[in-house]
Amino acid sequence: MQNNAIIEVRHLKKDYLVGNEIVHALRGVDLSIYPGDFVAIMGASGSGKSTMLNILGCLDKPTEGDYILEGINVKSLNKNQLAEIRNLKLGFVFQSYNLLPRTSALENVELPLLYNPVIKAKERRARAEAALESVGLADRMNHLSNQLSGGQQQRVAIARSIVNDPVIILADEATGNLDSHTSYEIMALFQELNSQGITIAFVTHEPDIAAFTSRNVLFRDGVIIKDSLTQNHMSAREALKAMALETHPEG
Amino acid sequence: MNIINLIKIALNAMKRNKFRAFLTMLGVIIGVASVIAMLSIGQGSKESIREQISSMGTNMVIIHPGQEKRGGVSMGNTSSQSLEGRDLEAIMDNCPSISAVSPEVNNAGQVVFGANNCPTTIFGGNENYTYIKKIEVENGHMFTTQEIKSAAKVCLIGQTVVDNLFGEGADPVGQTIRFKKIPFKIIGVLEEKGQNTFGQDQDDLLLAPYTTVQKRITATTYFRTILASAISEEAVETATTEIEEALRISHRLRDSDENDFNIRTQQELVTTFSSVSDLMLVLLGAIATISLIVGGIGIMNIMYVSVTERTREIGLRMAIGGKSKYILMQFLCESILLSITGGMIGIALGIGTSSIVKNVMGWPTIVTTDSILLSFLFCSFIGIFFGWYPARKAAALDPINALRHE
Ligand SMILES: Nc1ncnc2c1ncn2[C@@H]1O[C@H](COP(=O)(O)OP(=O)(O)OP(=O)(O)O)[C@@H](O)[C@H]1O
Ligand SMILES: [Mg+2]
Repeated sequence: MQNNAIIEVRHLKKDYLVGNEIVHALRGVDLSIYPGDFVAIMGASGSGKSTMLNILGCLDKPTEGDYILEGINVKSLNKNQLAEIRNLKLGFVFQSYNLLPRTSALENVELPLLYNPVIKAKERRARAEAALESVGLADRMNHLSNQLSGGQQQRVAIARSIVNDPVIILADEATGNLDSHTSYEIMALFQELNSQGITIAFVTHEPDIAAFTSRNVLFRDGVIIKDSLTQNHMSAREALKAMALETHPEG
Repeated sequence: MNIINLIKIALNAMKRNKFRAFLTMLGVIIGVASVIAMLSIGQGSKESIREQISSMGTNMVIIHPGQEKRGGVSMGNTSSQSLEGRDLEAIMDNCPSISAVSPEVNNAGQVVFGANNCPTTIFGGNENYTYIKKIEVENGHMFTTQEIKSAAKVCLIGQTVVDNLFGEGADPVGQTIRFKKIPFKIIGVLEEKGQNTFGQDQDDLLLAPYTTVQKRITATTYFRTILASAISEEAVETATTEIEEALRISHRLRDSDENDFNIRTQQELVTTFSSVSDLMLVLLGAIATISLIVGGIGIMNIMYVSVTERTREIGLRMAIGGKSKYILMQFLCESILLSITGGMIGIALGIGTSSIVKNVMGWPTIVTTDSILLSFLFCSFIGIFFGWYPARKAAALDPINALRHE
C-alpha cells in the first residue's frame, strides 16, 4: 500500500514571512493519497488547508519537507518543470470557477490542452467535448461562460480539470459559492468521477459536504489531527432525492 | 507550445474585447496611415520634379552671363551682357562634346489678333532651339536658317496663346498676329507642355528667330542665355569644361580673371531639387514617425492595464500549466497582433488617403513598396518594443497571488 501512493508528503512545513514575523502555516504534515481516494480536507479557517492544497498543486513550494508526486520529488523541479507537471498531472477546481470571460464552455475546457504541444487541434476538441459530456453539459458547449449559471460554470471548471486526464483533482472550496442543492449536484458529479477511478482532494468547511467523500483529513494550526475513513458515507444522488421529497412531499 | 496555439490564444483574448482592441489599434492605424500618406506625397512631388526637369532635357547645358552669384549678391549690369554671337561660334567650333547650340533672348509684351489680345513672352532662338529644349513642333514647321538670317517676322506659338487668341482647337497656322505692333506670321504650333513644377505655364509663349527679336523688339546684340546640348548625358561634364575654355578664350580672360559667365546643367538642377525634396521627405517621415511612436505608447498603456485587469486569468493560465514564457509570448503576441493588424488597416487607410489626395487635390502621390514595408516593420517593432514591458510583468506574476487577485 505504501508504494503505490500518488502523493506522499513527509514532514511538510510552510512558513510565511509577514513583516518581520514568521507565520507557521504548516508545521509538519505527513499525508499519503492513493489512487481512487476521495479526500475531504477539513479544518478551521486559517488552519492551513489552502496552503496545503497549493503545495500539492505545485503552485507553491514547501519551506521544509518532501512532497513526492508519482515518485517525483517536486523539490528538485524548477518553475517550468512545475508548470509542466501541473499541465499533465494535475487538475484544479476553484471556489470562484475562474473561467475565461466571454469565452465558450468548449474553449474554456480546451485551454489546458492548448498548453500541451503534443495534442493536436482535433484531439483537443474531441477530448474537451467528452469532458463536457461527462459533466452533463453536452448541450451547453457553445454557451459563453457568462451565459451559464454558477453550478454550470463550476461544471465547466470540473470538465476543464479532468480534460488532461490528471492523476488527481485538487478542489479548494469548490462548492463554497453555491447553494446547497447545487453543491449536492456538484458532489454527485465528483462521486461519479471518483467511481470512475479519478482521485480527488477536496477542501471544504461543511461537514455535510465532507460526508460525500470517502476519507476525512482534519487540520488544526498547521498539522493533521485526524485522518479517518468517512463515517456514514452518503451518496449525493440519494441526498438530492431526499431533498426533493422534502420540498414536494406529495411528489 | 507551438506558434499556432499561441496565436490562437492571443486572438481569442483579443476577440473577447473587440472594441478595446480597436481603440488600442487606433493610434497605430493613424500613425501608419499618416506615414504612408505623407511619404506618398513627398515621394510624389519628388518624382514629379525630377520628371519635369529631365523632360526639359538632361543633356541641356545653360550658359548665363555674369559671374556666378556669391552669397546671393549678383554682379554688375555690364557682365550680364557678356554673351554674344561670337561666343556661339566659339562653342560650336571648339566643343566636340556639344551637338547643338542656340542663343536665347526674350521679351514680355502684349500679343494681339483681331479683337483679342493677351500678355505673353516672346522667345528668340535659332533653328536648334526646339531640339535642345525638347519641344516638338506639333503643327507647321520650325523656322529655317534662311529665316533667321533675314530676321523674318515668323513665329511659332504655344497652346495657351492659341487658346487665348483663336479659341480652343483652332488652327492658327498661316494667320498673322502682332507682338508689340510688329506683325508675325504663324508658321507652327508648339506641343503642349503644361505647367512646370513651379506653376509656370510653359505654353504661354511665342518663339521667333533670335535675330528678329533682337533687331525688331529688344534692339540689343547680347543674349539672355546660350543653350547647348551635349552629345550624351555622360558627355555633359566634359561639355561644361569645353565650354568654359572656349568662352574664356572668346572673352579674352586672363588666368587671374574670374569667369564672366556661368554654366548650369540640368543634372545639377536635378541634384539640387532631389536633395531639397529628400529633406522634405525626411521631415514628413519624422512627423509621421512621432505619431507612430505615440500610437505605440497607446498600445503599451492598454496592454499594461490589460495585464492588471487580467491578473486572475494569468494566474489560471499558470495553474493549468502555462509556463511563464508562454504567458510572456501570449502578451507579446497580443501586442504584436494588435500593432500589425493596426498597421494593415493603417496601410489601407494611407493608400486610400493618398489616392484621395491625388484625385481630389490633384497632388502627385506615389505609394512606394518601401514605405509599406517600412511601416510594417516599424509596427512589428513597436509591438515587440511596447509589448515587452507589460508582457514581462504578466510573466513575472506568481500564480497563487494572481489567482487570489480581486
Ligand atoms: N501568502 C501568504 N502570506 C502570509 N501568510 C499567509 C499567506 N497565505 C496564507 N497565510 C497564512 O497561513 C495560514 C494558513 O492559511 P490558509 O489559507 O492555508 O488557511 P485555510 O485553512 O485555507 O483557511 P480558510 O478556510 O479560511 O480558507 C493563515 O494564518 C494565513 O494567514
Ligand atoms: Mg482556504
